Amino acid sequence: MLVTLWVIATATFFLMKMLPGTPFNNERLSDQQLAVMNEKYGLDKPVAIQYLRYMANLAQGDLGESYKYVGRSVTEVIGERIGPSALIGFQALVLGTLIGLVLGVVSALKHNSLLDYTAVTLAVLGMSVPSFVFAALLQYYVGLKWGLLPPALWKGYEYTILPTLALSVTVIATVARFIRTEMLDVINQDYVLTASAKGLSRSKVIIRHVLRNALIPVVTMLGPLAVNIMTGTLVIEKIFSVPGLGEQFSLSVLVNDYSVIMGITLFYSCLFIFMVFLVDLLYGLLDPRINLRGGKQKG
Amino acid sequence: MNMELERSKTNPSLPIANQTLPPLDEIPADWFVPEPVDPRLQEQISGPMTSVWKDAMQRLVKNRGAVVSLFMILLIVFLALVGPYMSGRTYDEQNLLHSNLPPKIPGLEWLGFNGVDVNGVDQYEKRGITENFWFGTDEFGRDLWTRVWKGTQISLLIALLAALLDLLIGVAYGGISAFYGGKVDDFMQRIIEVLMGIPNLVVIILFILILEPGISSIVMAMIVTGWVNMARVVRGQIFQIKAQEFVLASKALGASNFRLIVRHLLPNAVGPILVTMMFTIPSAIFFEAFLSFIGLGLQPPLASLGTLIQDGYVGMRFFAYKLVFPGIVISILMICFNLLADGLRDALDPRMKK
Amino acid sequence: MSETILSVENLRISFRRKDRLIQAVRGVSFSLKKGETLAIVGESGSGKSVTSRCLMRLLPEHTTEIREGRILYQGKDILKYSKREVEDLRGKEISMVFQDPMTSLNPTMKIGQQIMEGLLQHQSLTKAEAREKALEILKLVGIPHAEQRMEAYPHQFSGGMRQRVVIAIALACRPKILIADEPTTALDVTIQAQILELMKSVQEKTGMSIILITHDLGVVANMAQRVAVMYAGEIVEIGPTDEIFANPQHPYTKGLLRSMPRLDVKRNEPLVPIPGSPPDLSRLGTGCAFAPRCTCVMKVCHHCSPRQAPVGEDHLASCWLLDQRAEKARQAFQASGA
Repeated sequence: MLVTLWVIATATFFLMKMLPGTPFNNERLSDQQLAVMNEKYGLDKPVAIQYLRYMANLAQGDLGESYKYVGRSVTEVIGERIGPSALIGFQALVLGTLIGLVLGVVSALKHNSLLDYTAVTLAVLGMSVPSFVFAALLQYYVGLKWGLLPPALWKGYEYTILPTLALSVTVIATVARFIRTEMLDVINQDYVLTASAKGLSRSKVIIRHVLRNALIPVVTMLGPLAVNIMTGTLVIEKIFSVPGLGEQFSLSVLVNDYSVIMGITLFYSCLFIFMVFLVDLLYGLLDPRINLRGGKQKG
Repeated sequence: MNMELERSKTNPSLPIANQTLPPLDEIPADWFVPEPVDPRLQEQISGPMTSVWKDAMQRLVKNRGAVVSLFMILLIVFLALVGPYMSGRTYDEQNLLHSNLPPKIPGLEWLGFNGVDVNGVDQYEKRGITENFWFGTDEFGRDLWTRVWKGTQISLLIALLAALLDLLIGVAYGGISAFYGGKVDDFMQRIIEVLMGIPNLVVIILFILILEPGISSIVMAMIVTGWVNMARVVRGQIFQIKAQEFVLASKALGASNFRLIVRHLLPNAVGPILVTMMFTIPSAIFFEAFLSFIGLGLQPPLASLGTLIQDGYVGMRFFAYKLVFPGIVISILMICFNLLADGLRDALDPRMKK
Repeated sequence: MSETILSVENLRISFRRKDRLIQAVRGVSFSLKKGETLAIVGESGSGKSVTSRCLMRLLPEHTTEIREGRILYQGKDILKYSKREVEDLRGKEISMVFQDPMTSLNPTMKIGQQIMEGLLQHQSLTKAEAREKALEILKLVGIPHAEQRMEAYPHQFSGGMRQRVVIAIALACRPKILIADEPTTALDVTIQAQILELMKSVQEKTGMSIILITHDLGVVANMAQRVAVMYAGEIVEIGPTDEIFANPQHPYTKGLLRSMPRLDVKRNEPLVPIPGSPPDLSRLGTGCAFAPRCTCVMKVCHHCSPRQAPVGEDHLASCWLLDQRAEKARQAFQASGA
């Protein structure tokens, strides 16, 4: 995990260095002023030195200062903006997973029924149609035309609903499909037959044997889902004017605020790696066949 | 009674009686005579012989969703190629007199293609315009029909390029890794592990920032992140096939490495490779649209589905049609590719049974 | 010890697939006495597993059509049981042991719990009491260190041990009938013997009846008092084991016996396999299903399906050769050494 982080940090640094133009392109600065700014941000030193300084700062949790908002550290900027993103992201994850699970389980139990086909169709739709299309639709119909919920901005809890919904669509679709496949797979296993042969009622068989085994792999989905949500926020926040990290990223890109771009990139990467790690851990705890210290056990 | 043995219609190797059978006690004694044993009856082949591919095609065809999807995709591709020429205008022709006209198709007015804007005013009448713009125009007076189909062309082109290059790199990487196995494989896999730790989007965005937005940069960025998936699929497949005994048998008969790769490993791996490629395309379309939406995509006056949706979104309140048409096209493309890829995967998997 | 505990009458089961009807069981009848072991022998696809699962109503509801027949247990027809009655029957009156021990146990549940589940379902016990009983059963089936093993997961056991656990689960509520569907096929030969011994000893202790499904005639000889030979969904021959081995009547039974190595036959006698393969159960004709592969086939065999005829005491077989009208043909076949 640490190796990956180091590689990412290094890669990001060098990628940043390759970005065209300087961060001060937009200002009309005289050469002297430019020199002063460069010196202030340490941009006049050779690349190697800059790199070492950067890594050293990083180790201490210092992501540098924003080029655009003079005087504010990147960490500050991130800290301010992370709240809304975390809120809608978390809500979308939880809501999406719950709905997805219910949908998937029910459609697996009523395999080949009308409900099943509808659910599968909806799931395909949910996964295929881009999230920003959904977001735009939600904003237009629910927000503007019908005026049920506020279409944009961030002034109260109800402002979080539409963005959360838009984000959760892909989550619901992916989770539903996945758990449905898992359940159909598990239901055909021998041990489910053994359970039935013991005289257990169908509901007990489903809950204690089928669900229990089908739910475990769902945990592995959490990683990719989190990534999905992270990428989703970039667009969703823009559409709904949510003052979150994603919007900040887009803004920074437009104005070439390199240190903030780097900072957010690193932040997202860390978050992702952390989630993957967490998921692995969780999976190891849930599935008795996995020995945490390494590999699967043999009987 | 003379009963000849007749071949059953449903199963030519089994004989049946051609008249109703007598009650068991009344069967004539002359039936109780030894019959010569007919070796043809002994083995019953259940079903006609087909190759793996024909089998898969048959299964695919039965999947209505996949068939409809294929048809829709072909239709859209056709329109993408031909559409821009159907209206007689180019995608970047500007005419401010024609700006922001709602869509109008003579004959389809009842569906809403009536040139009437949000306030109920017929813009064509108001400004005295006689030409018809099927999908309307944007704020610069450019014909949206042409732009939408040109944009589809470009989006599809990007997606296809990305998918193909992904394929080449992924197959090469995964193939080498799996074929040689051992230390080579370990090393190559480590690299992939590290790469996988970086969220795709981040890499793509950084790439675009460096390379200046444009078709080639988008394609490159997508390849850089996309090949990993293909490599993993290829590697997994090849390992699976390698482990099967027919490969060992072939080797034991003296087949060279080249022959093994070409005649045994690759043909069996083609299925999942094809399926993965089919899934890459909608993913690429999505990314392109996504990038354009946040401003990192193609620059004007170039049009792609993404830029059109972005433009459409901006004007959504009063000019919904600007968003609707590209939105529908991209949605259909993505749904259909996903369904088709799903269908292909189901059709090629020999274990699938309903 | 000779009272009949289970009676199957003219069972017909078909499966509906997309465009065809698979006739898996076509008129099967047999009975099971208290304390005896009945073996059902046949190739894959003969209908033996389907029959046994039907006894516990374990066949998938949507695709199965039980067209005819009765299964009488304690005077009532199992096929007409309500859902509740079926749940009561399973595990408590009739239990089943499946073929593959590697997949028959829930991988995420401790085995102690899996045994206790059945107990708690059918008997009103406290958790502690159920645990005690489960321990008892584990010891009965020969699992060492039962106390600790209760808390273990299936993947921590070897194949033979897992099968013992499966048997423990089946026996937990002391069922009257145990159905063992190829219980030893997936195990090593030495373990096979142990498992069979285990089943025999439990039977002796409890007077349980066993329906043993297998394709291995050696196992039949070892365990069963009576054996039924199935082919293409029908019982072609049924009777006491010794009798069937010594005096087989149906050409299929004869073929099976001939194709197996036996200690009591001279070493240079060749093994004679039965040519061909079993028929497609969705495309059967009106004649005897074995006719295409039979070396003693007659004209009538291709047209009409033979009915069951008595051969000796308690010994029945379905073959036209047993009909009086076939006297001449029988002689002809004997002369040619078929």
